[in-house]
Amino acid sequence: MRATLDRPDARRFWALAAAGAAVVLAGLYAAHTMEVRGHVVTGMDNRIVWGMPHVFAIFMIVAASGVLNVASVGSVFGHAAYKARAPLSGLLCLALLAGGLFVLMLDLGRPERIVVAATHYNFRSVFAWNVFLYTGMFTIVAVYLWTLMERRMAPWSKPAGIAAFAWRIILTSGTGSIFAFLVARQAYGSALLIPQFLAMSFAWGLAVFLVVQAAMYAWAGRVPPPEVLRRMGNLLGLFVVTVLFLTAASHLVNAYFAKNVAFERFILVDGGVYPALFWGAYVVAGSLVPLALLWRPGALGTRDVVSAAMLVLAGAFALLYVFIVGGQAWPLDIFPGYATTSSYGDGTIAPYTPSRWELALGAGGLGVAFLTTVAGVRALRFMPRDDPSIAPATGPTA
Amino acid sequence: MSAATPPRAASEGVAASGAAGRSDGVDRGRRQILAWGAALAGVTLAPGVMLYDLAHGRPPSEPASPKVRWGMLVDLNQCASDCDACVVACDTEHGLPRTKTATSAQWIRKVELKDARGGARSVPVMCQHCADPPCVDVCPTGASFKRADGIVLVDRHTCIGCRYCMMACPYGARTFVHEPVTGQRPEVPRGKGCVESCTLCVHRVDHDRIPACVEACAASGHKALVFGNLNDPESEIARRVASYATSAVRADLRLDPGVRYAGL
Repeated sequence: MRATLDRPDARRFWALAAAGAAVVLAGLYAAHTMEVRGHVVTGMDNRIVWGMPHVFAIFMIVAASGVLNVASVGSVFGHAAYKARAPLSGLLCLALLAGGLFVLMLDLGRPERIVVAATHYNFRSVFAWNVFLYTGMFTIVAVYLWTLMERRMAPWSKPAGIAAFAWRIILTSGTGSIFAFLVARQAYGSALLIPQFLAMSFAWGLAVFLVVQAAMYAWAGRVPPPEVLRRMGNLLGLFVVTVLFLTAASHLVNAYFAKNVAFERFILVDGGVYPALFWGAYVVAGSLVPLALLWRPGALGTRDVVSAAMLVLAGAFALLYVFIVGGQAWPLDIFPGYATTSSYGDGTIAPYTPSRWELALGAGGLGVAFLTTVAGVRALRFMPRDDPSIAPATGPTA
Repeated sequence: MSAATPPRAASEGVAASGAAGRSDGVDRGRRQILAWGAALAGVTLAPGVMLYDLAHGRPPSEPASPKVRWGMLVDLNQCASDCDACVVACDTEHGLPRTKTATSAQWIRKVELKDARGGARSVPVMCQHCADPPCVDVCPTGASFKRADGIVLVDRHTCIGCRYCMMACPYGARTFVHEPVTGQRPEVPRGKGCVESCTLCVHRVDHDRIPACVEACAASGHKALVFGNLNDPESEIARRVASYATSAVRADLRLDPGVRYAGL
């Protein structure tokens, strides 16, 4: 029974691992090309300084923190259904964090100097805090997983869970602060970004969890307990609404200030790809449709939840693209009140087309997360084990 | 001759021993006069030497002094829109490519401004060498740093190429080295994968020379750029900043830039 529940058969495992490894290798090759030929092979330039790699990296780092929320609800708030999923939640957190950092580090202009980043700290820099927060997260979650999976350590799982919960809140606040502490650009520099990033982490992390959980149940030939699906689907809906609310608040407040009206008009109305992604991919496809799927009358099926979760994830990429790339595409307002032109592109919208190298590097990060998850699930016991009272056997369990 | 003339040392020795008692008081007096003279000379010359030192660089062994605040005044009334002598000089001085694309190095650029009434200005924009530089705040490794004399630089040995400083700079003054570098100048090392910006020609300033753009602007006859020590009230830049209305770009951010503009 355990073989079927916890371990996909060997052939399937190796096929998945090979697919994941191929994507990781493609990412490594892309990073090597960027290292040898320089960032000129990417679509990034002196105005769009952070591009598609950062969309992937920030998505994974934010989702890594959020996916741990499942464990926190179990350990910190004592929900049995979530507690049964805490180990998988911890594994996904480590996997996504590894994937995000893979992209972030390999996108550096000098990735070989990562030792410099680990030995030279400027404590006024939010980025430097984040280096501590990421490494601390790995350690705390590893210890937390140990307390969850080693029977003798079980009494420590609640304190470890509380520590991990606190750390993940600080970590996502740190990620939001990377943009909140920027005075230069109109898209950023708002304290509201910190709660917005926290809400995004809750939604995106839970969406990742629901997709992975569904895949694991499907491979085990089972379906997730309906009660668990209902609860988690409902929670995803609440998180999606929270992100929508904070995103709306952020844009409305920004648009009230006369100096930001043109920028908000660009992002929300006439900026081409950016409003299209914002309204079409994020608001409609990534938020309203998932809400309709999750909160429509009638019982919630696995297909509804997985479809909703995947749409939320697609919307997450769209929102991050608009936020990160769109925020830089709008020209710096160096001389307010003047029309400007220059060889640098002052006064014009910065064009950006991500290159295949950037996309491959970003996908490589997802590959790292995928490979880590597949290997973890293969090697250890991460399949949720529900209390029979909420999880009656609904499928073959041979 | 040698017999008639005693050895010099011996004669001096005899004379000295013979006169010792009488000359003690006179010598003390002479020594005191010399000491007073030296002190007077010191008091007279020291401020001059000090001012010379502050205004004219420093020996390489000495660190930059916080008593100096290097700055630049850009007089837009003198700056011609069809002149890019400062840009050409900067490119030549630092071995930067002359062709400008979205990925090339641009340590100084000319921004053409037009106001609603059709008024036009041509504004050289470079690193503003802020007293409170956001690029320094955000740099995770401390590679972006401000020297004691106000010059903001990038340490090419510790820059990891994260580009956070480029996100933080309100002036778009920093560029990233997107490609392998060729034709480097020995005094201006550059490297692919690092961020860079105007150094205020620190390699020239430390050797008592003015920045290349300032020199070229003067040679072109415009004299729109004035370089000097903002902390020295006698310097031309300090006098002009004190006498005429000048402004900082994005003064609302209160970053206290070392580059000031007249006629903006």
